Amino acid sequence: MPPEADAGALLHAEGVRCRIDGADLLRGASLTVRAGELVGLIGPNGAGKSTLLRVVSGLWPLSGGTVTLLGRPLSEYAPRQVAQIVAQVPQITALDFPFTVRQVVLMGRSPHLGRFTLESARDRQIAERAMRRTGTLDLAERLIGTLSGGERQRVLIARALTQEPRLLLLDEPTANLDLRHQLSILALVRALVDEGDLGAVAAVHDLELAARACDRLVLLHEGAVLAAGSPAEVLTSDRLRAAYGVDACPFTDPVTGHLRIAVASG
Amino acid sequence: MDAVISPLDSAPRPRPAFLLAGQGVTARLMIVSAALLALLFAAMVYGASVGPTAIPARDVADALLQYAGVERGVDPASATYRIVTVVRLPGLMVAALVGGALACAGAAMQGLFRNPLADPGIIGVSAGASLGVVIVITQTAALADLWLFNRGPLSAVLWRVPLAAFVGALLAAGVVYVLSLQRGRTNLAALLLAGVALNAVLGALTSVLLLRAADFDALRAVLSWLIGSLEGRGWDYFAVAVGPIALSAALMLLYARDLNLLALGEESAQALGVDVGRLRLVLLALASLMTAAAVSIAGPISFVGLIVPHILRLIIGPDHRVLLPASLLGGAAFLVFADALARSLLAPEQLQVGIVTALAGGPFFLALLWRHRRRIALF
Repeated sequence: MPPEADAGALLHAEGVRCRIDGADLLRGASLTVRAGELVGLIGPNGAGKSTLLRVVSGLWPLSGGTVTLLGRPLSEYAPRQVAQIVAQVPQITALDFPFTVRQVVLMGRSPHLGRFTLESARDRQIAERAMRRTGTLDLAERLIGTLSGGERQRVLIARALTQEPRLLLLDEPTANLDLRHQLSILALVRALVDEGDLGAVAAVHDLELAARACDRLVLLHEGAVLAAGSPAEVLTSDRLRAAYGVDACPFTDPVTGHLRIAVASG
Repeated sequence: MDAVISPLDSAPRPRPAFLLAGQGVTARLMIVSAALLALLFAAMVYGASVGPTAIPARDVADALLQYAGVERGVDPASATYRIVTVVRLPGLMVAALVGGALACAGAAMQGLFRNPLADPGIIGVSAGASLGVVIVITQTAALADLWLFNRGPLSAVLWRVPLAAFVGALLAAGVVYVLSLQRGRTNLAALLLAGVALNAVLGALTSVLLLRAADFDALRAVLSWLIGSLEGRGWDYFAVAVGPIALSAALMLLYARDLNLLALGEESAQALGVDVGRLRLVLLALASLMTAAAVSIAGPISFVGLIVPHILRLIIGPDHRVLLPASLLGGAAFLVFADALARSLLAPEQLQVGIVTALAGGPFFLALLWRHRRRIALF
């Protein structure tokens, strides 16, 4: 697809390859994200979901294909410039240093600050707004290491919003959360995206959750896109068997109207 | 799917984070610096009051203030004024400089290795600097005479000893870095073991060189220096080390925010635009330079880089923009005080200051190991 065909896209990745230490992690994956859209990356473990998120944000090198961000090739951006447009909600495990929630959220201003500058009152306002938006303002003076998994995830989303990004990348934002927090995190992302300016990509393991929250799904298998489209188009028995090796039957839940998946056997 | 954000289930437990947590960076920096400068001044007064001639603290304070330009009506020709400013002040300034450098280097290393037990002494950087110094001073008797006994102007050999220390420190830091870094963070056990191995090898090489040294006097002087000593260190040593230390401290401050970002993980820092590889190399070089400058004039004084940043982090929090300058001042006060203890504990005998810091730091280190014991499990 020529770039002009998707001039309105925040992110357009085409035929992306990533080869690290002799392993082909991505063999030609494509992804397009527009403003106001939440795209779900699904696929079995090792399919390349996390890798794709890292490659399109410039964290990992591209071995082939093209990635354009706001219509410009990713390679033309410095890491700091990428961070002004793309915010990631990483999986954080390192909590050795006792930073407060407010300090962590304020770190999101870093890509916009010079080496000699400190956060201004405006930067603090942006962080405050992000905390209010994510329901973490009450936690502001707590230490990040004392939070529960769901609270921490909200704080990291607040940090990402503080970057004032156009594109939000979430790597397994619901991992290790209980059902209620999974739903509330995805509802939060959904609400942010519905405001219209922001686009988001989330790698999600739970197919039913992904189908509920996302506008479109991209099913990855062995580093390539097996299917992309609306949840109902992507989640079919054939594709689930091809990707996951399980017999599964998607159906519409008569009570909730959500897409459900009945797994027959492994 | 509804977009209502449910209130969080756990009510915020009131938990005091740390002092001044609500203040901006500038305000915290000013308040903390003022408090630590006062502490440093108090340590200097104590340090200048103890010695063969005990001088009342009040007189010492007056003399120091007058020396700094505050008129206190002290007679500049008086014995008290001369003992304080000519005899004792230079040594105190060297102690302050060395302590500040070691503490600041320790704080930076803990940040860049993302490891609470990193310290120039423990991971072998000080030992590398020491070996560099021992190599050059055992090569040339004249150099040993000048550097250890201060016989003659230091300017004649100015950069050879610090430069050798820097090369040694940098090599040791590089080895530890490569050995202990796994997937962007240093395994606590790997870092400590790399430090143990490196300290053993560098110590053995140092011993070989010392045993081959002919001059008994020089040997004693080198040993005293190796324990960590400020005996006989005056303004010319201060002048040698102050440049590199000030320069690396200033450059480190420019990377303080990046260190904060790194504290939450390598990928997290990269996602915010930090070039993590370059950050690590630059900071390792700066911390090595600082350590080398301190070690070359005072020997590998241990544990300052561990104790001071830890205590400060507990009080003022982990923000490196405040922590690094605070470590500089806090380390200065700490070593001036330790040096005063070393000179007065067994008076008229003098202990090496390195003995005092080791006696204080050893148990501190063990307590930290105990706290982090779960992360040190090897298997």
